[in-house]
Amino acid sequence: MNTALFDCKATIIMHGIMFLRKTNRVGCRVENIGFLSDTTQKFPVERGEFNKLNNGHKGFFRQLLGDYRVITDNHDLVKYNNDWFGYVKGCSQIVLKPKTTEEVSQILSFCNENRLAICLQGGNTDVVGASVPVFDEIVVSTELMNEIIDLDENSGVIICQAGCVLENIDKKLEGSGLMVPLDLGAKGSCHIGGNVATNAGGLRLLRYGNLHGNVLGLEVVKANGEVIDCLSTLKKDNTGFHLKHLFIGSEGTLGFITKVSLQCPPRARSINVAFLGLQNFDKVLKTFRKAKEDLCEILSAFEVIDSTSMEFAKETVGITSPIGDYPYYLLIETSGSNPEHDADKLYKFLDLVLVKHLALNGTLATEPAKVNAIWAIREKIPEGFKHSSVLCYDFSLPLSKYFDLVEDMRNHMGSLAKKVFGFGHLGDGNLHLQIEVNEMSKEVRDHVEPNVFERVKQMNGSISAEHGMGFLKANYLSFANPPSKVEMMRNLKSMLDPKGILNPYKVFPWTYS
Amino acid sequence: MARVLVGVKRVIDYAVKIRIKPDKKGVLTDGVKHSMNPFDEIAVEEAVRMKEKKIASEIIAVSCGPAQAQDVIRTALAMGVDKGIHVDIPAKEFETLQPLHVSKMLAKIAQDEKVDIVILGKQAIDDDCNQTAQMTAAVLDWPQATNASKIEKGDKDVTVTREIDGGLEVIKCKLPVVISADLRLNEPRYATLPNIMKAKKKPIKKVTPKDLGVDTAARIEIVSVEEPPVRKGGTIIPDVDTLVAKLKEGGFVP
Ligand SMILES: Cc1cc2nc3c(=O)[nH]c(=O)nc-3n(C[C@H](O)[C@H](O)[C@H](O)COP(=O)(O)OP(=O)(O)OC[C@H]3O[C@@H](n4cnc5c(N)ncnc54)[C@H](O)[C@@H]3O)c2cc1C
Repeated sequence: MNTALFDCKATIIMHGIMFLRKTNRVGCRVENIGFLSDTTQKFPVERGEFNKLNNGHKGFFRQLLGDYRVITDNHDLVKYNNDWFGYVKGCSQIVLKPKTTEEVSQILSFCNENRLAICLQGGNTDVVGASVPVFDEIVVSTELMNEIIDLDENSGVIICQAGCVLENIDKKLEGSGLMVPLDLGAKGSCHIGGNVATNAGGLRLLRYGNLHGNVLGLEVVKANGEVIDCLSTLKKDNTGFHLKHLFIGSEGTLGFITKVSLQCPPRARSINVAFLGLQNFDKVLKTFRKAKEDLCEILSAFEVIDSTSMEFAKETVGITSPIGDYPYYLLIETSGSNPEHDADKLYKFLDLVLVKHLALNGTLATEPAKVNAIWAIREKIPEGFKHSSVLCYDFSLPLSKYFDLVEDMRNHMGSLAKKVFGFGHLGDGNLHLQIEVNEMSKEVRDHVEPNVFERVKQMNGSISAEHGMGFLKANYLSFANPPSKVEMMRNLKSMLDPKGILNPYKVFPWTYS
Repeated sequence: MARVLVGVKRVIDYAVKIRIKPDKKGVLTDGVKHSMNPFDEIAVEEAVRMKEKKIASEIIAVSCGPAQAQDVIRTALAMGVDKGIHVDIPAKEFETLQPLHVSKMLAKIAQDEKVDIVILGKQAIDDDCNQTAQMTAAVLDWPQATNASKIEKGDKDVTVTREIDGGLEVIKCKLPVVISADLRLNEPRYATLPNIMKAKKKPIKKVTPKDLGVDTAARIEIVSVEEPPVRKGGTIIPDVDTLVAKLKEGGFVP
């Protein structure tokens, strides 16, 4: 990427659009305009040199999958062309729904030979525009690849097809006293394949680690249709390179994940949640260190919310703090196997936190209904975004500077912003920064970006903690990474997908039209 | 100022899935998370608000049940109740304990403690009886105001707004009185940590049914407890468009 700054600006404008209250959901005018999607009208992106879908291609797909699993009706395509939040919108004319690895392999090899671009789609809950086509890419959906293949209760390993919905896997595991090691707001819709492809983080990463640790094996189909079998179920397997890691977080650009083998921890029998009010961020950090020391192996989530976030939640979704108003709030969860043991530890910790004046006030939920109610305070904040105009960011930051960015941006925005607020997975150094404005305008957006990214970089943070680069952040790839790393990424891409048919315009910077 | 008694029953938490014992004589309770009956929480909240408004002088929470019933008394103490009374009922006996038993015990305590107002939940979410408040009033021969959604205390009486089918009824009762709390009476507070800690030091008196002169011998025999019939997988779809969309999603039609 040569003109980093220019690229940044273009992406920024997009970013703003995604959070406007009403998004344009008018049907795709595929027939007359050809490749012009909503996305391409907003972004000056150039279509790659791919062939256009013709009747011969459609015939092949129908023969392979039958009529029912090839979607071409304009009305039915809407769902696959639009993303969850309505930021981006493609104009694909066809959706394929394979059921088996073999079918995926045949689709990919055919598309590769015919130079047809593909958009890989799971639950379509991606937030950076990675899961919908930019132009007319063929959507290959894992919707019908939803079989749980095997569950080994002794080793706690489940093997399933990539299209299994995360929550369904968790329900299946419940009967065996196990659970999925990741949990996120979209769990009722997202697919395990999509989670792996985005290296999704979520609420319990602090406890169970990320997917690089929990995914034991993958089966992946390469762009040319070749099936790579890395579907190990072993915790230890040093028989060569650990290739699965290449695909975890690859956002559909290196291969099509068809099967996943996942390590599943025992389901916690005792879950408690404390909700604390604190005076300042220094005390938040001290409480975090103390929690790690004292709660140790039962600590399973450590979320922070600032007072402005709580005000925003009150105004938009009617959520209030159950303990009165404080500058910072913490949600601390413990999960373990023995209620008495956990309660004992937690009470001692909370007692100390109060005695040492780390927290000013708090409450504790030890019963499931109350635990859910406390979690709802944290999980409902993002719902407010739908009721206002908000610019949202997902950063990793060194803990010591975690809230400096919020303060910096508040000063930087001045009267341009209604509210600047932060909340997030503090335990993982992951901050969700929001800027609420009266009205989204080019002036506002240009004032925020790329400035905010430069600040994050100066703080040695990451401009995308858990959401990925997708289409919306693709042009920042070189901004966020040193040239040597980008070069190696490009080499891997051209080795695994030489014609670039898999998820074009995603992760790697796209060309301007 | 009034002395107030609240009843707090320990029930299986409403977010927990209920499982039947293999012998079909009851539901599994071992290792299952329990909490205070939600309607009792509302009763406690109302009493605490009365105390905050200086309408009540002292609040006593009573729970009849096995040893763990003290947990919900602690919760009530943390919310602002002054003292607790635990009527110790062995777990086995508790299975056949009925509203009549409980109301006799509550009535006795109400008299002993010289209370003016008894507030109970309108029903417990485990057996759904909706009888205890009414029976307690009968045993005491006091007026009753059930399903309260608003309580205003006067000098020698209370005005209670009751939720009835299709509307509200406002009644006035002389003190002493028994009131049962409905869902919309208030929104219970979260006990704060300092109060949770303090509650550990508040007194809980333990008594037995015998101390209260109540015979808790079983008046019923549990013949069988059954799961509700399992609904066959399937959903109700609002319109034809959704049906078609679902069929297409599943790849059943082109
Ligand atoms: C309400 C909500 C809450 C969220 N919370 C979190 C959170 O806490 N933490 C977090 O990390 N993320 C979160 N996300 C975003 C997160 O990235 C997605 O929810 C999820 O991981 C994506 O799964 P999906 O099946 O929807 O994938 P999709 O959105 O369909 O696709 C995501 C990416 O994976 C690719 N892909 C999909 N399937 C495959 C496959 N089989 N093989 C190869 N590539 C594939 C797609 O091409 C795309 O690049 C949230 C999203 C929402 C809407």
